[in-house]
This record gives sequence, structure tokens and C-alpha cells, in this order.
Amino acid sequence: MASLLELSNVSLSFRGVTALNALSLTVARSEICALIGPNGAGKSSLLNVINGVYRADAGDIVFDGARFEAIRPGKAARLGIGRTFQHNALFRRLTARENVLAGLSRHGGACFIENVFRFGRDRKERNDFAARADRVIAFLGLDTVRDRIVSTLSYGTQKRVDLARALVSEPKLLLLDEPMAGMNQDEKKEMSRVIAEINRTFGTTIVLIEHDVGIVLGLAHHIVVLDYGRKVADGAPEAIRNDPNVIAAYLGTVH
Amino acid sequence: MAYFFETLIAGLFAGLMYGLVAIGFVLIYKASGVFNFAQGAMVFLAALVFVTLVEHGIHFWVAFAATSALMVLTAVAIEALVLRPLRNRDPLTLFMATLGLSFVIDGATQFFLGTDVHMLDVGIDDIADDYGGLFISRFDIIASLIVIALVAVLAIVFSKTRMGVSLRAVADDTLAAQSIGIRLPVIWRIVWSVAGIVALVAGLLWGARQGVQYSLSLVTLKALPVLIIGGFSSIPGAITGGLFVGAGEALADIYLGPLVGGSVSTWFAYILAVAFLLVRPAGLFGDRDIERV
Amino acid sequence: MTTLQDTVPETGPTASIVTNPAVLRLALVLTSIVVAFGVVPAIATDYWLSSIIIPTIVMGLAGISLNLLQGYAGLVSLGSAAFMSVGVFSAYNLILRAPALPLPVVLVLAGLTAAGVGIFFGLPALRIKGFYLGASTLGAQFFFQWLFTNYPWFSNNSQSLTISAPRLEFFGYDLQSPVGRYLLVVTVTALLIGFAFLVVKSRLGREWMAIRDMETAASVLGVRVASRKLQAYAISSFFLGITGVLWGFAYLGTADAHTYNLDKSFQVLFIVLIGGTATIFGNFLGAAFIVLTPILLDHLVLSANIAYLSDQGAITNLQRVIFGAIIIFILIKEPDGLSAWTRRGAEALRARLKT
Repeated sequence: MASLLELSNVSLSFRGVTALNALSLTVARSEICALIGPNGAGKSSLLNVINGVYRADAGDIVFDGARFEAIRPGKAARLGIGRTFQHNALFRRLTARENVLAGLSRHGGACFIENVFRFGRDRKERNDFAARADRVIAFLGLDTVRDRIVSTLSYGTQKRVDLARALVSEPKLLLLDEPMAGMNQDEKKEMSRVIAEINRTFGTTIVLIEHDVGIVLGLAHHIVVLDYGRKVADGAPEAIRNDPNVIAAYLGTVH
Repeated sequence: MAYFFETLIAGLFAGLMYGLVAIGFVLIYKASGVFNFAQGAMVFLAALVFVTLVEHGIHFWVAFAATSALMVLTAVAIEALVLRPLRNRDPLTLFMATLGLSFVIDGATQFFLGTDVHMLDVGIDDIADDYGGLFISRFDIIASLIVIALVAVLAIVFSKTRMGVSLRAVADDTLAAQSIGIRLPVIWRIVWSVAGIVALVAGLLWGARQGVQYSLSLVTLKALPVLIIGGFSSIPGAITGGLFVGAGEALADIYLGPLVGGSVSTWFAYILAVAFLLVRPAGLFGDRDIERV
Repeated sequence: MTTLQDTVPETGPTASIVTNPAVLRLALVLTSIVVAFGVVPAIATDYWLSSIIIPTIVMGLAGISLNLLQGYAGLVSLGSAAFMSVGVFSAYNLILRAPALPLPVVLVLAGLTAAGVGIFFGLPALRIKGFYLGASTLGAQFFFQWLFTNYPWFSNNSQSLTISAPRLEFFGYDLQSPVGRYLLVVTVTALLIGFAFLVVKSRLGREWMAIRDMETAASVLGVRVASRKLQAYAISSFFLGITGVLWGFAYLGTADAHTYNLDKSFQVLFIVLIGGTATIFGNFLGAAFIVLTPILLDHLVLSANIAYLSDQGAITNLQRVIFGAIIIFILIKEPDGLSAWTRRGAEALRARLKT
């Protein structure tokens, strides 16, 4: 089974405005797949459909061998779909470490009474959570800010906390919505290196949205170009680079 | 059957009053995103000031104009002393501030004008006429016509005038509205003034029926279910929601009350509202928000 | 990773024993226990205990209850008093119909009854967000006032629909005196504060705050939002149920449906906003404000001795005006509530200790 995620003919519209139009897409295991396209092309909507924030009007999704038409966000998380957000969606009054710990929710097995009174399964869970969180915090170089309230951190660091929060639950599929938005070139290179390292180290399949085509060509194994909710091109970076449609529609223009 | 219809009509009339108070909420909610708990206090203030003026021999329309002027002054004061300092704060804080405001208005009104119940005669006889076996009060009919006329005027003002367009711009996107030069404090003052005059009309009609007293202030409590049913941002919705709640309460009291041993009108509206929320979370006339992430 | 700009100055090994947070915390807890159980009962007069200290503590506890729901889990309740009334009427009936039950068991059962009711009225939270939720809890407020007024069974068919406090005792130890009632209140409160800290420091508390700060992200991470919300209503109502019993039995001595009216619910809401959201001890500052302000205003008006104000109604109304104005003033000037004062005070103290 080579593909981890398969979308067929997925459509979505809001109050009559089409966001996704009969879109089909296959993401192979352990690849980095980049979604590119102008604003309003449906990239974020696509991520939102994959992890159940939006419900597709038509079409179906096969993830890791399981087929579903619509999924709830919690179910998607438990199946192993992790996610970061385009706009800041951190738990702003919690510390960086608490944010990361919250990312482990899908792994919790203790009931709330055990959690509150610290007995039964809570002890094992507490130790397990702490170890996993600290490992990811170290991996992403967040040790020095782990006990800071996230709303006091710089933008780039917040993005990194968001990534840590998604990564900590060891997802099979990681959806990254513009992880490098608002960063300068150096920060983008650094983030790009981190993403490649995650992919290499954990074998995590990654679907990401990014506007900087230069970065995408260097990072992704597989690129999908969207425009007006349709797929314009789909292939390896070299093929996309040379696709006349893409050059005309997207690469040729400055965004 | 006639009893059923008379109950229904009495309920609808009460509902029209709820709707009238709810319109004040809708205006303020659209302009400043506040659930204004003090709207009931404003109804009470307006009615008591008016009735006191009339009792001192002042002519009806002079009293009406003077009270309207007072409501405008109140609006300007609220904007300057409460809304402006609390700009950009979360809705719950704003709600609490209007709760504090209702304490101030209720307390000040009764401190200066006393706590007695005043009878108010607005010159419409409360006698029931016979309409083919149905007895309907003339007062109810005229009051309903006044409310309908007021709603029509508001609807025209808020859809046709520049002021109305500005208000809708503010309601849609406050930041964008400010960036094209709409001055928020001005909008707030105007809207709170209009809400104050709507409160005056509600106070007169409701006060003529019930007597002008503190309990007018409590009509606020019915506004939340009314707005949930009608949608927070729609004037027709407020009236429809009001009619639903009024009629529902009256009928529930007659048909459900005896089964459970007492009047259910204190809580029935809330149960109705929650039932509505579960079926139609945005209300009858409201827009459903799309969550963006 | 060298690009991080957010490195913090660490206190490091230079942090002395006086500035060590754990040591400070322990010292604070021990001092509180000594003051609460030793100093206060020894020096406070009966008037202070019965009219100021007991109501302040109980209302502070009510504030904690609502703060768990609103400050930590981000859910709205406009009907706190309803759950308090469920608690007191449950306790009354438990004692009446099963006199063998000891007081602690009665308190826990009353809390659990309130928790069950809380879960029921919290159910709409699974479909509705934000301010709309007020409708359900406001409905609870009016429903229970109606229920306890219309069904005399709950007050043992008493003519006045009033229930009076049973003899308060703890395994034979009489708690009827002001000191006894104070000790009951302060013991229950201490235990519940401990419980509240366990809750907010646990995974449950963390996930509540996650839902509060960004619900969509929480659900995407696999937080079971629906059951967490119901747990918030349950725990908050459990606290409120016990608080209601203390208010009726240990403070007032009698209670009826009207004791737990909408004004009481709003007072609890004020306590949370004045004290500060997502705090535990701030609630006692808010409660002190709610309890003391009317008393102070009374004294002020009496000592000013203005003839015009001899009318009690006028005094009450003047109090409303001043109270409302103070509420607005605090909301404007102190967005984080009065607990920001203590936090600033503690920081200043710590800074001084360090130098």
C-alpha cells in the first residue's frame, strides 16, 4: 500500500461559493507533498476537509486504508492526522510546554477522575506525556522557552511551538498550513530544514501549504498546484517546474 | 376555541412588547457587539421620567420630547463613560459593564423619582371590542399598529439612509468600517439614542398596561430568549422572536401550567430558546458564521 | 537552533531559599492554615465571623466554582445560584429523610446532585458556543426558583416554603456557634480549594484551558471537547451545590428559593470578573468586595446622617448606583481583576527579597 491518503472527487462550497471542485489527490507514504496556488485556490479548505474541520459536500477520502466521507476533527486526530494552523491558533494563555502537552490529548487513556486525583492510569500517562513533550521540545530547540506563556513569544517561535504541538502526538500524516508565512529568508530556510528533518527522522508524511515556490521546489517530493478549487498540475518538482500550464498560471507571476 | 384565540392574541401582544425591547438590543448589538442588559433599565427610566412629567401637568408631546432628549443625553454619557473606555474588550466584560449600568440607571431612577407605582394613561381606551365572538382590546390593536409603524420607520432608516449603511458596515466589519472613515463613537451615540427612544415607546405602551414600576426593568430577561429565537442581528427577527415567545408563554401557561401545577411563564421562554438553538443555532433570521482557521 | 530570540534570563543557582517558589508556596499554605484555623477563630468577634468572614468565604467559594467553568473552561453560566439552590434543597431533604447520614456525606451527595443537574443544563454546550449558552443556565435559574416555590414537598410542606438549617454537628461535635459554623465553612473551603488546584493542574484543567483559548485547535488535537465541557459543568456545579448548602445552613440558617435568585447569580459573576478570571484566590477578593461594599456604604450613609436619606429605600437605591458604578470602574481600570493587585504586590516583594 503505497499511498497514505487518497482523495477522490472532493467538493466543498460555502453559501454557493465553490472552494473545492471535484478534487482528486494521492499522497504517498513518507513523502512531502506541497500544495501551492494563489490565495483563494482552496488550499486551506483542502486541509480542513482532510482533518474534518469542514465537511465535504461530495467525494470521499481514504486515509491509511480507511474510507470515510466526513470525519470529525477528534476522530481524524485519533487516526493519526496532525495539523498546524495558518493563523496563530496556539492556546495563548498556556506555556509552550503546556501547549505541547495538550497536543498529546489523543494518547490519553486515563479518565478525568484519575487525572484529577492522580491515581490509576494517571501516573503512567503523566510520565509518558512529560517524556514525549520534552523530547519534541528538545528536538525543535524550544528548551529555553518551554515555560513561557506563548502569547509573549516571537512570531517565529510561536510557529515552532505550533509545529511541536502537532508533532508530539507522532502523527502518520502532518498537515502544515503555511508554516513559513511571515518569516524572513533565513527563518524560512531553518523551518524548511526542520520539516525535512522531521520527514527523514520519523518518516512522517507531510502535506504543506507554502507560497514561496523556491522553498517548495527544494523541499517537496511532490507538488500539487491548485487554482479556483481545481487541480492545475500534480507531479514531481522537476515536472512542475517545466509544466507550461503552471509557468503560465502561477510561476510566471509574482505573488 | 375563542378562549384559545384570546389567549393567543394576548400572548402575541405581550410578544410584541418583548419584540420592541429586543429591537433596542438588536440595534446596540449590531453597532457595538454588546448584549445590553441595561435596555430594560432604559425602558424603566424613560417611562418613569415621562409619567412624572405628565403628572406635573406637562403636555403629552412636550413630555415626550423632553424624555427623548434625556435618553439622547443618557446615550452620549454611556458612550463616553462606559463604551469608549471598554473598547476592544471581550463580550462578557461588556455584558458585565451593562449589568453595572443597569444598577446605576435603576438605582438613580428610583432614588430621584421614588419607588411608587404610577398609572399611565396614554389616551387609548383599554376596552375589548367584539370581533365576531372574539374580544380584543382596542389598546392592543392600536399599540400593535404603533409598534408596526415604528419597526417600519426603523427598517427604512437603517436600509435607506447613509446612517443605516454605516451601521451595517460597522456590524459587518468594525475595523474595515473605521478604515473608510466611519466614526465609531458617533455611530454608537446615535444607535444608543435610537435605542433609548425605542425604550421610551416600549415603556409607554408596556407601562400603560402594567403601570410604571420597577418590574418594567425586568423585561430585559425575556430579551435573551427572544433574540436567540429571532437572531441577534435582525429587527424583523426580534419582532418574530418576540411573538413566538409571547404566544408560546401564554399558551404554555394555559395548557401546560395546570399539568405541572403553576404558571410556567418564568422559565418557559428559555426552554423554548434552547430547543430552538439546538435545531437552528443562528436563530430564524441570523447568519451562521463560518469558522476560519 | 540558533535563531531563537526568546531566551529568558534564568534565575539559576543564585535563587536563594527565600525566593524559591516551592518554598514560598509551602510557607504561604502553612501560614494560611495557621491563620484560618488558629488566629481567626481566636480573635474574630461573633459579629465579624457571622456577618463578614463566613459570607465572604462562602461567596469566594461560589466564585471558585464559576471560575472553574468560566475562567478555565471558557463556558458561560448565568445561573450559578440555581445550582446552589439544588445543593441546599438536596441536603435538606437528605437530612430530613435519611437522618443517619453524617454531615460530610450529605455535603458530598448534595454536590453530586447539583453536578447531575449541571450536566443536564450543560448539554446545550455541545451544540452552542459563547454567550448563547447563557440561555440554558438562565433557564435553570428560573426553573429551579419555580420548582422550589411550586412544589412544597422540597421544603417539607412548610407554609412559608422556607427550609431551616438542621443541627450542624460533626460526629457529635457541635457546630452551631459562630466559631463552629466558621470552622465548618473554612474546612470545607480548604478541601475544595485543594480539589480545585488538583483539577486545574491536571490534564483536565489543561484541556479546559485549551478549549477556552482555541476550541477548533483543541478538537483537531484530539481533545474530547464534548465530554470535557460536560465535566466542567459537573465539577463547577458540584462546587456550587456544596457552596449553596454552606450559604443556607452555615451563614443564613434558613433558605428558600428566593435566597438563590438571579441577583445571587450575578453576584457570583461579579466576583469572578472583579477577582480575576482563571484564578483561585482572586475569588476571595471579589467576594470580599461583594460582601463589604454594601456594609461600608451603609455605614457611610449612616455616619453622613443626611436627613433626606433616612428612607431605607433611598439608601438601597443609592447603594445600587454606587455599586454599579464601582463595577464599571473596576472593569475599566483593572481588566485582570483585583488579583492583579496581589500579583503585582507579590512581584514587588520578590524583587525586594532578591536585592
